[in-house]
Amino acid sequence: MALLEIRNLHLAMRSFEGEAHVLNGIDLKVDTGEIWGVVGETGCGKSLTGLSISRLVPTPPARYLAGEILFEGRDLLAASEAEMRALRGRRIGMIFQDPTTNLNPVFRIGDQMVDVALHAGHADPAVLGLDRRASGRARRKAARALAVRMLERVGIPDAARRVDDYPHQFSGGMRQRVLIAMALIGKPDLLIADEPTTALDVSVQAQILRLIHDLVVEDGLTVVMITHNLGVVAQLCTHVAVMYAGNIVEAGPVRPVFKNPGHPYTRALMAAVPTAGTKRGELAGLPGIVPSLFKPPPGCRFATRCAHATAACDLGAPAMRELSPGHSVACVLAGEI
Amino acid sequence: MSAAVETGPRNALSSRWQNWRRGAYRFRQSTLSIVGLVIVALLIAVALVGPYVVPHPEHVAGGVSTAMRFRPPSAQFWFGTNELGQDVFSLVVAGSRISLLAGLAVVVIAAIFGTLIGAVAGYFGRWVDEALMRFTDLMLTLPSLILAMAIAAALGPGIGNMVFAIAMSWWPGFARLVRGEVMAKKEEVFVQAARALGAGAPRILMRHILPNVISPIIVKMSLDMGFAILTVASLGFVGIGVKPPTPEWGSLLSLARGYMPDYWWTAIFPGMAIFLAVFGFNLLGDGLRDVLDPKARR
Amino acid sequence: MVLRIEGVTKLYPARGGGVTALRDVTLNVVARESFGLVGESGSGKTTLTRCILGLEPITEGRIVYDGVDLATLSAAEMRRMRSRIQIVFQDPYASLNPRMSAHDIIEEPMVIHRATLGLNARQRTERVAELLQLVGLGEQHLWRFPHEFSGGQRQRIGIARALAVNPELLILDEPTSALDVSVQAQVLNLLHDLQRRFALTYLFISHDLGVIRYICDHVALIYRGEIVEEGDTETIFTAPKSDYARMLLAAMPEPDPDKSPFARAG
Repeated sequence: MALLEIRNLHLAMRSFEGEAHVLNGIDLKVDTGEIWGVVGETGCGKSLTGLSISRLVPTPPARYLAGEILFEGRDLLAASEAEMRALRGRRIGMIFQDPTTNLNPVFRIGDQMVDVALHAGHADPAVLGLDRRASGRARRKAARALAVRMLERVGIPDAARRVDDYPHQFSGGMRQRVLIAMALIGKPDLLIADEPTTALDVSVQAQILRLIHDLVVEDGLTVVMITHNLGVVAQLCTHVAVMYAGNIVEAGPVRPVFKNPGHPYTRALMAAVPTAGTKRGELAGLPGIVPSLFKPPPGCRFATRCAHATAACDLGAPAMRELSPGHSVACVLAGEI
Repeated sequence: MSAAVETGPRNALSSRWQNWRRGAYRFRQSTLSIVGLVIVALLIAVALVGPYVVPHPEHVAGGVSTAMRFRPPSAQFWFGTNELGQDVFSLVVAGSRISLLAGLAVVVIAAIFGTLIGAVAGYFGRWVDEALMRFTDLMLTLPSLILAMAIAAALGPGIGNMVFAIAMSWWPGFARLVRGEVMAKKEEVFVQAARALGAGAPRILMRHILPNVISPIIVKMSLDMGFAILTVASLGFVGIGVKPPTPEWGSLLSLARGYMPDYWWTAIFPGMAIFLAVFGFNLLGDGLRDVLDPKARR
Repeated sequence: MVLRIEGVTKLYPARGGGVTALRDVTLNVVARESFGLVGESGSGKTTLTRCILGLEPITEGRIVYDGVDLATLSAAEMRRMRSRIQIVFQDPYASLNPRMSAHDIIEEPMVIHRATLGLNARQRTERVAELLQLVGLGEQHLWRFPHEFSGGQRQRIGIARALAVNPELLILDEPTSALDVSVQAQVLNLLHDLQRRFALTYLFISHDLGVIRYICDHVALIYRGEIVEEGDTETIFTAPKSDYARMLLAAMPEPDPDKSPFARAG
C-alpha cells in the first residue's frame, strides 16, 4: 500500500467571479522514501494539492467535488477534524514558504516547539518516549529535550542554548531549519514542504536541500515538495508531478521526465530556464496566459497555449498514458512529439 | 482573467465600480456585517423620517399630558410613557436624529483633524513628529469626558459646543492611527519608487500614502461612531449638551434613572437604542475592514 | 563609461560602531551594456542601488554618472538626473500603488518631469498607451488597477513606468525573481529587446546566476559589502577565481538530474 494516494481529487473554489474548478482530477501515488516534486506556474493548484493533504483548505469557500486522499489507506477527506488534528504534526508535517511569518515572534522557539511536541505526544505518547501515565512535568521535560534534539538534528549549532532564543535572533536559513525541526518533531512519516527554499539565498537553499535529503535517507521520511524551481526538483527529488491549471499533466521518476519530457507544457517550462548555452534574446517564453478556471477549455486545458494543438485536443481531457514504467503523460500526442 | 479577447474597463470609474462590487461580494459573505449594515440603515431611516411619522409629535415638541404619567408599554404607547406622560416611543425615535448627527459630526471632525496631525507627524518625522505627538499624548492623558465637560463648561452647554468638545478629546486616536499607518506606508516599495522617480513630499503624501491609509480611517470612523453616540449620550446623561425638551437618548436615559426599577420602560428603551447603535456601527466597521483591505482584493 | 562607482563606502552609524554596508566598492558600467551585480541577502546590493538613486547619502567615495559627480548636484539638478536613471523593482506586487490605475502609474513620472519633457495631459495619455504597447500590454489595460494584473503583467507596468521618461540607465533590481519561469523568460526577452531598441544601459541585480549569465556582459560579485570578483561574464562562469564565486556556482541548482549532488535511487 502506498503511503499517500490521491485519487481523482476535484476541488472547486467560490469567489466573486463564480466557482472555479481549481483541482480537476488529481491522481498521485507516493510511496515511502520517495521525494516528490510538484511543479507548475502560479495558480496551477500545486499549493492547494499540498494543503488538501493536511486538509487545511478552508471549506467554504472551497468544496471537494469528488475524490479521496488516502493516507495509509484511510480517506482523509472522510476523517473527523479530531482525527486530522491527531495526524497533523504527528504523522504529517508541513513547512511553508516564508520562514519569517510562520514563527510567533513573541515566544521563544523552544516554547513553540514544546507546544508542538506536547500536541504530538498527546496523540501518540511514544513520541516523547513516555507512557500515558507520565506526569505533565515529565512530559514537558521530555518535550524540551526532544526540541533540543530536533534542533541539533537540523543542524542548529549550540542547540541547547539557542532553544531559548526568539525567532528574530535567527537568520532566514536558520529559521527555516527551526520550522523543519518543528515539522519533524512528531516524527512524521510524510513531510509536505511548500516552497521551502524560495525565500532563501542559493547557498542557504543548498544547505536546506541537503538537510531534507539526509532526513529522507537516514530517517526514512517521505516528502512532497511543492516548488516552481525546476533546478530544485532536478537536484533533490526522486519523482516529479507537473501541474497545469488544476491537472497533473505529466508525472514520473525525475530522470525520464527531465531527460525526455512528454508533455508540451513540461518542455516549455524547461525551455524557459536560461542555461549556459542559451543565446541572448532566444530564451523561449511560454506565450499566453493560464486559462480562466471559471470557464476552462472543454478539452486539454493547455491547448490554448500549445504549439502542437490540434482539433483533437478540444474533444475531451486527455487521459494519462504511460510512456515508460511510471512515467505518464496526459497529452493526445504523448510520445509523438 | 479571460483568455483570447480581453475587454478592459473604459475608464478608472468603471474599474472602481468593479472593485466596489467585488468588495460588496466579500461583505455579503459575512452575516454579522450584513446585520450591522441593516441596523445602521434602519437607524438612518428612522433618523430621517422618524420625527414626521411618530404617533405623538406634540410630545416631541415638549408637550406634556400629566394624566397619562408612567403608563406601561401598551398598544397605544408602545414604549410606555414617562413622568410627564410623554410617549417614550416618539421621544426615542425623534432622539435618533440628534444622537446620530452629533455622533457623526464628532467622528468626522476628529478624523479630519487627527488625520492632518498624524499624517504630517508620520511623514516628516524627527522634531515635527516629536512636537505633534507629545501634544497628542497630552490630549490623550486628559480623560475625554472630563475634557469635554471642561470645554462645555467654558463655552456653555449646547449641541454645537458639545460636539466640538467631544471631537477635541477624540482626534488623538485618529492622529495615532494615521501616524502609524503613514510611517508604515512610507517604507512601502511603491513609495520608494515614487521617491526614485523624483516625486516631492506633497505628491507622495497626497497621491501615494493617504489614499492607502483611508481604509483604516474609515473603519475606525465606523467603529468609533457607536462610542461617539455613547459619549454624546453620556454627556446628555450628566446634563451637559442637549437640554430638554429636545429629545436625545442620553438625556432621556438620564431623566429616567430616577424612576428605575418601577418604571423600567422609561430607561430601557432609550438604553436599547444606544446599545443598538453602538452594536450596529461596530459590526459594520468590522465588515468594512474586510472589504476595504486592498490586499484581500485578489 | 556611463556610470562609475569609485571607492564607495557606506556606513550606517549605530551604537557600538555601526554597520559597514558597502566597503570601497568600485564598479564601471559601460554604456549600452548589461552589468550584472550578484549577491545574496545582506550583501549590500540594495544599498548600492539606493545610493546610486540618491535615496541614501554615501559615506565615502564618488558616484559619477556621465562625467558628473552625483554628490555635487543641487536638488533641482538631481531631480533632472533622476529622469535619466530609472529603476525597476523586484516585487511587482509591492512596487505599484494599489490605489492607482495602470494609466496613472505610468503617467506619473511624466507628470513629475513635465518641465523636462513638456507633455500635456493628452500627449501623456497617448504616450502611456504607446508604452503599454511597447511592453506587450494593450489599451484595454489602461484603466485597471494593479491587483487585476498577474505578476508578469505588473512587472511590465513597472518597466513601462521606468521607460516613461526616456532614461539611459535602468537599474533592474531582481526584476524576475518573483515571477514564474515561463513569465521570467518573457520579461527577460522584453528587456533584451528594449535594450537594443533604445540603447539602454542595464545594471542588473540578481542572485539567479542563470539569469545573470543569460543577460549580462559583465558581472561583479558582492559579498558583505565588498566586491569579491569582477569580470567578463563567461570568464567568471567558466573560470571563477574566488571561493565565493565557486561556492555560488556550485550551489546553483541546475535543472539536470545528472548534476545532482545527491546520489539517489529512481
